[in-house]
Amino acid sequence: MTTIGGKKREKIDRLAELAARDEERGVSLWQDAFRRLRRNPAAIIGAVILTVFVLVALIGPFLVPYGPTDTMGIREGVIKPGLIPGSSSEHWFGYDHQGRDVFSRMIVGARQTLLVGVVATLIGLAVGVLIGGVAGAAAGLGGRWGRWVDSTLMRFIDMLLALPSLLLAVSIAALLGPSLTTVMIAVGMVSVPVFARLLRGSMIAQSNSDYVLAATSLGVRKSKIALAHVLPNSLAPVIVQATLTLATAIIEAAALSFLGLGNPDSATPEWGVMLADAQQYLGIRPELAIYPAVAIIITALGFTLLGESMREALDPKLRK
Amino acid sequence: MFRFIVRRLLQLIPTLFGLSILLFIWLRRLPGGPETAILGERGTPEMRAAIRRNLGLDEPILIQYGRFVRRMIRLDLGTSISTKREVTTEFLQRFPGTVELTITAMVIAVGIGIPLGYLAARRRGRFLDHASVGGSLIGICIPVFFLAYILKAIFSENLGWFPSSGRQDPTIGATRITNFFVLDGLMTREWDAAADALMHLVLPALALASIPLAIIVRITRASVLEVLNEDFVRTAEAKGLTENVVRRRHVLRNAMLPVVTSIGLLTGGLLSGAVLTETVFAFSGIGAFLADSINQRDYPVLMGFIMIIAVVYVLVNLIVDLSYSLIDPRVRVR
Repeated sequence: MTTIGGKKREKIDRLAELAARDEERGVSLWQDAFRRLRRNPAAIIGAVILTVFVLVALIGPFLVPYGPTDTMGIREGVIKPGLIPGSSSEHWFGYDHQGRDVFSRMIVGARQTLLVGVVATLIGLAVGVLIGGVAGAAAGLGGRWGRWVDSTLMRFIDMLLALPSLLLAVSIAALLGPSLTTVMIAVGMVSVPVFARLLRGSMIAQSNSDYVLAATSLGVRKSKIALAHVLPNSLAPVIVQATLTLATAIIEAAALSFLGLGNPDSATPEWGVMLADAQQYLGIRPELAIYPAVAIIITALGFTLLGESMREALDPKLRK
Repeated sequence: MFRFIVRRLLQLIPTLFGLSILLFIWLRRLPGGPETAILGERGTPEMRAAIRRNLGLDEPILIQYGRFVRRMIRLDLGTSISTKREVTTEFLQRFPGTVELTITAMVIAVGIGIPLGYLAARRRGRFLDHASVGGSLIGICIPVFFLAYILKAIFSENLGWFPSSGRQDPTIGATRITNFFVLDGLMTREWDAAADALMHLVLPALALASIPLAIIVRITRASVLEVLNEDFVRTAEAKGLTENVVRRRHVLRNAMLPVVTSIGLLTGGLLSGAVLTETVFAFSGIGAFLADSINQRDYPVLMGFIMIIAVVYVLVNLIVDLSYSLIDPRVRVR
């Protein structure tokens, strides 16, 4: 039986039902962002690139046809001065200057490259979040004494920013000697100011929100407000930046290898070192440089695509 | 305005002071001193001690630092250990090269980046937009030194359009006044010298411009898109203003603020970060010289150069902050 206004009532009921369902699901900022991320083709491409990269890094070394340090080309006598054989059905990417199978080295190198990128970013993230978090909490909640702490820490960050980044890296290498650890620390330190400034700015902005005022008026301790309320709400831009830093870390690690500060031990191949080594043979076999360079570019592209999509998904201003 | 400038310059003093202390401690912690760089591993302990005494490195670190500060106040940066010339002279000879390179790179990056970013935003979702966003992504992801090698291989070694290394052909015998080679050529009316110096700048500047160009395209695009959605743009169009006027006065001007910020930061970064490009093109700027100085443990050069770079960096950012108020009258510097 339909009464007057029945259609309207039905409609309202349906809306209420929908609202209740949404309530049940409890769409948080992150879930909302993830939903948007899944619909973005750039994010999908980035995720696919990174999945392949991580898979290769994890299981690749068990599948390679030849040992990455096996100088078989020299043993077999196919490497002569001025002649490095190119690709063949046995050696897809050919030999390198020491007669090693380039394809195997590329696969095994993925693991080192991933390791350098991740560890360097984690170093930068840890130090940057510590400095930026203390400065942000002090500036946002700490009163007069807090402002002093904040401006001291930020002056320190300014100094780090004013130091040429590669110079910082070169001097760290001088201190520790060229090695993979050096590259990781150097690349990580260079990203510290970015993380610190980002988190500080984000925390100061959050400190002015109503929920902080509410927590303060309820008598919650300031340290708890900073750690339990402000910090978690300020982390989104830092996480996005970390994804983007993974890309720059891999590129910068390659640059350090190019300057001769990378891992001198060729038992553990790494794309940056391979690219740096190949510069001397550009005239004979430019592919030797192109393989690792393209691999670096594609990987960096994967991180950048994902990072940019995350930024878009998390930024309410960019929502359509 | 004046008070703002003075305050910012006064803030520079504690920053420089802190930086000098950090640098001083940091450099002295590097293993092996200049004596190792000079003598290698062979020198006897007596010879090492003699060199350290000559350089004044045997005194307590506080006294050494005090001496550095006293000289610094008189703007005397000391003498390079490896070249035996005044640090200021070395700087004035090499820094112009880096400045020329940076300016050329930024002219390329800004000259292409802003129009491209603007057009991409106007044609959002169309081919030009996708191409410039995709291109800028790749620009960010290419290692600079690899791009430099490719440019050198194609345009210098294969096609022979541009010289592959150096700042100028030494056989031209150009007159030096300011060590800005292009400027020198123009001032002395040695047109071929200026043109030659300019040709030497093209490839390294292109390589160096890749990242700033990519960043400027993206920031301009994002910023223009945001402004295009503003109410005042719709109002201006509704008033019947011509499209050109709306674009120039309303859209571009308002969209420029974040772009100018990034231009400032990028310029500051390039002035100190051209090591890779300078190395590939054997371009004598400060980058490669600084890297060498670390290996030589040339303390005076390192201290002096980095302090000057820090000052330049702060000045560039000051100019950026001042330019805000020119672009946007709502921003008043205090």
